[in-house]
Amino acid sequence: MVYLTRKCEFSASHYYHNPEFSAEENQRIFGKCANLNGHGHNYTLEVTVKGDVDPKTGFVVDLKELKEILSREVLDALDHRHLNKEVPEFLRQIPTTENLAIAIWNRLQGKLHVAKLHRVRVYELPDLFVDFYGEA
Amino acid sequence: MKAHLTRRYLFSASHRLHCDGLSESENQSTYGKCNNPHGHGHNYALEVTVSGQVNPQTGMVCNLVELDDAVRNEVLERFDHVNLNARREFAATVPTTENLSEVIFNILKQCFAAAHLEKVRLEETMMNSFEYAGGAELRV
Repeated sequence: MVYLTRKCEFSASHYYHNPEFSAEENQRIFGKCANLNGHGHNYTLEVTVKGDVDPKTGFVVDLKELKEILSREVLDALDHRHLNKEVPEFLRQIPTTENLAIAIWNRLQGKLHVAKLHRVRVYELPDLFVDFYGEA
Repeated sequence: MKAHLTRRYLFSASHRLHCDGLSESENQSTYGKCNNPHGHGHNYALEVTVSGQVNPQTGMVCNLVELDDAVRNEVLERFDHVNLNARREFAATVPTTENLSEVIFNILKQCFAAAHLEKVRLEETMMNSFEYAGGAELRV
């Protein structure tokens, strides 16, 4: 079993707001992130897949194919977008880094034919990242 | 849904690796330059990983402000810009980064309960890093 990680970047804007909370609660819980005009980040995404090395090709996964899947399923939908307003998952869910990692996992799950999705890591900042392993 | 959240912090400290139970020449051969009598310092990078269910109301594993406060108050205030050998945590052990990783993990385990503490990762230099998960195996 070999683990392979592919890295890519996207930039997006978002804000944190729960309509069930009062304005004061939103401000207290989410701080600066609650500003309804939003703000943005340069996100870094690392997707790790695992599998046995194909004896013929020497690959766990065809990187070109993985790159195409990432572009089609994730980057086209998220890059240079407003997450709250343009990405269906976040019309009713807060686009925290946790929820973003889960949404990206769900977008990729089932799209890989050979290798198995192992981990989605999303860096919101160089000093803050979330890992999701598909656990309930 | 269970997610893992990692936050990175910086602090600077000095130390000298020296074991009272070893002779001078044994200390020298074991620790090399790290045994120089007046010590030396590092810029440490600390990564703290916590895990838990993502709260459906907030979208968060835990409130980042609470995690930052715990790490700042209990770890950074204690170890930033100090000589580790002079700290009581190292009265009986050598302040290697292995031992420092364990000490920091145990401090955070005591003071932060808002999410499960998975592990700490400590970079002593850009070339060395150490991870401690309370004795558990590390997750890839």
